Amino acid sequence: MKLHEYQSKTIFSKYGIPIPKGRVAATADEAKHIAEELGGRVVIKSQVLVGGRGKAGGVKVAKNPDEAAEFAQQILTMHIKGLPVRKVLVDEAAAIEHEIYFSITNDRAAKKPVMIASAAGGVDIEEVAATTPEKIVKVHIDPLLGLRDYQARDIAASIDLPRELWRDFSKIASGLWRAYLETDATLAEINPLVITKDKRLVALDGKMMIDDNALFRHADLAEIRDIDEEAPAETEARRHGLSFIKLDGDIGCMVNGAGLAMTSMDIVKLFGGEPANFLDIGGGAGADKVAAAMRIILSDPNVKAVLFNIFGGITRGDEVARGILTAMEEVKPKVPMVIRLVGTNAEEGRKLLENANMITAETLADAARKAVAAAKGN
Amino acid sequence: MSILINKNTRLLVQGITGNEGLFHTTQMFAYGTNVVAGVTPGKGGEWVLDGKVPVFDSVKLAVDATGANCTCIFVPSRFAPDAMFEDADAGIPLIVCITEGVPVQDMMRVRNYLDQKKVRLIGPNCPGLLTPGESKVGIIPGDIALTGNVGVVSRSGTLTYEVLYALKLVHMGASTCVGIGGDPVNGTNFIDVLEMFEHDPQTEKVVLIGEIGGTDEDKAAEYIAAKMTKPVVSFIAGQTAPPGKRMGHAGAIIEGGAGSAADKVRALEAAGVKVAKHPEEIPSLLQ
Repeated sequence: MKLHEYQSKTIFSKYGIPIPKGRVAATADEAKHIAEELGGRVVIKSQVLVGGRGKAGGVKVAKNPDEAAEFAQQILTMHIKGLPVRKVLVDEAAAIEHEIYFSITNDRAAKKPVMIASAAGGVDIEEVAATTPEKIVKVHIDPLLGLRDYQARDIAASIDLPRELWRDFSKIASGLWRAYLETDATLAEINPLVITKDKRLVALDGKMMIDDNALFRHADLAEIRDIDEEAPAETEARRHGLSFIKLDGDIGCMVNGAGLAMTSMDIVKLFGGEPANFLDIGGGAGADKVAAAMRIILSDPNVKAVLFNIFGGITRGDEVARGILTAMEEVKPKVPMVIRLVGTNAEEGRKLLENANMITAETLADAARKAVAAAKGN
Repeated sequence: MSILINKNTRLLVQGITGNEGLFHTTQMFAYGTNVVAGVTPGKGGEWVLDGKVPVFDSVKLAVDATGANCTCIFVPSRFAPDAMFEDADAGIPLIVCITEGVPVQDMMRVRNYLDQKKVRLIGPNCPGLLTPGESKVGIIPGDIALTGNVGVVSRSGTLTYEVLYALKLVHMGASTCVGIGGDPVNGTNFIDVLEMFEHDPQTEKVVLIGEIGGTDEDKAAEYIAAKMTKPVVSFIAGQTAPPGKRMGHAGAIIEGGAGSAADKVRALEAAGVKVAKHPEEIPSLLQ
C-alpha cells in the first residue's frame, strides 16, 4: 500500500524527523488560507500516488496567498500519469543549499533491510545510481539487531555531510529506521533531505510503502488507504482477498496462483488473444471468493469470453465449482466460458459443472486456444 | 536417491488440527509420507487420522517424543514466523512453510535467525516438496507426478503442478520437485536447489520455473553457465505482465533495471538453457 507524501511526512514527523510546516488542501480556498497562516513563500504539491509529479508540472512555488490559490486551482484540475489530483500539500518553502537522497528498503537478494544515501539527491537519483554508482552509499542492517549508531555515522561520513550535522543526521537515521520498522514499511524514502541555508536538515519530500501482508497489525494505516486512487474493481477485489489487475483485453481470466495466472495470460497472448485482467484467487479459495471473482470479471463490459484455469492443490476443485455455480445464478453471464479443472478434487468439481453449459478443456494450451476462439465468436 | 526428502523423512505438521492442515495431512499420509506428529498449541494429547498421529502442544515435545526431522507449516500468516523460530530452537533441520502472506520484515528476521542455526527453510508461500513414490511434504497433488530423473525447481505453486502434469502426460517423471515459493524473502533460492540436483545421482535433467521480479533467475543463469553439467530447461512466467506502477527510487537503485521476463529469458539462454514458450512445451525440450 502506497502512502501519499503528506501521510508519509506525518509519520516521519512522529519519529522526530524535521519536516516543513504545512497542511493538505482539497480546494483553492483552503490552499490560500493555509498559505496565509504560513506566511511567505509556499510550495503547492499535488498529492498523487505516482512519481514524476514535479516534472509533470504538479509542484509549484507561490510567492503569496493569492498565487497559492491560483496554482492550487491549476494543480487540482490536473491529471498526472492518468490519475486525477484531488489534494495538494501546501508547505512553507525552504531555502535549499543542498539535496541529499536517503531511504530504507528491503534488499530481497541480501535478505536484509538496506539504508541508501547519496550526496547527489533530488529528482535524478536513478540516473545517478545508473551512471555513477560510486555516489550511492548502501549499508545493510541486521534485522535481528536493528540500525547501529555507528552505521548512521558511517553513512553521514561517506556522503561528506558537514560534521556539525552528524548528530542531527543520526537522529533522522534512527527515526527513519523506527518509522520503517514500526509501520512494516517496504520503503521509507526521503528525497530530498535538504540542508537549508541556515544549516538545518529537513525532509522536504517523503514516500512510504506499507507491506499489505502486515496491515493486520496496523489498523490505523489500513484506514488511511486512498481508495480514490484505485480502479473500483481493484478495491472490490482486495475486499475479498483477491489479487486483481485490470488490463485492456477481452478475455477475462480466473486462475489460482500468481505464477499460473501470469502464465495463463502469456499463453492467451501467444495464441492471439488479449487478457482483460490478471486475477489470482489465491490458495484455498472457498466458493464465496470464487463467486466474488466472477462478479468482478463479468462487470467489465469489454469481456467477451472467460477463461478459468484451476489447478487444485490447496484450492479444491469442488469449492471452485460451487463458487462458479453461485455466481452464475446471480449474474446470468452471456459470454462463453472455458474451464480447465485439474488437481485436488477436480473430479468432484467437474461433476458439479456438468450441466453448467461451459466449454471444457484438458490442457492449458487447449483452454487458451478455445478461449481465444470464443472471444472472437468462433 | 532424491534431494531433501525421502521415505525416511519423519514429518511433523504444525497447525495439524486446522482445516487446511488436517486436509493436507490426510493427503500426505495417504501418499505414504511418514507423518509422525502434529503440533497445535492447546490440543496436546489429542490424536488425528483415526488415532494414527499424535498431537503435541509444542515442537520441542513433538521432536522429543517422535524424532521428527522435518516440519510442514500450515498455521496462519501472523503465527508462521513464531512457528519457524520455534522449529529452529527445537533443532528441526528442515522447515517447509506453506503459509502465504507472511510479512516481509518478519521473514527477514526469520531467515537471518535460521541461517545462524543452519536450518534449511523451503518457502514460505510455496507448494512444498515431492519425491514421487517416496514422500510428499506440502500440498502438491501426489497423483500428478511419476518417479523419474527430472529435477524440478520452481518459484510458483500451481505453475509447478502444470509442469509435473505435462511431464506425466508423456510418461516422464521427477526425482524431486521443489517449490521454493514466490515471496521476496524466502529460505531457499534456485542456486541452492540446482547445486543439490547437480550432485544427486538420480537427477539427470533439470527444469527451472521462474517468474518476473527479483534477480534470482539471473543468478541461477550465472551458476548454470559456470557449474552445471546437467541440461536445464526453463520457463519464465509474466512475459505479458504490465510493468507495475512503481513509486520511489530505492527498488531501482537496489536491483538496477533487472526483473523483466525478457531479461531473465535472455540471461538463461545465454547460459545455454532452453526456454519454453509455454509450460506444455517443456517435455519436448527435455528430450
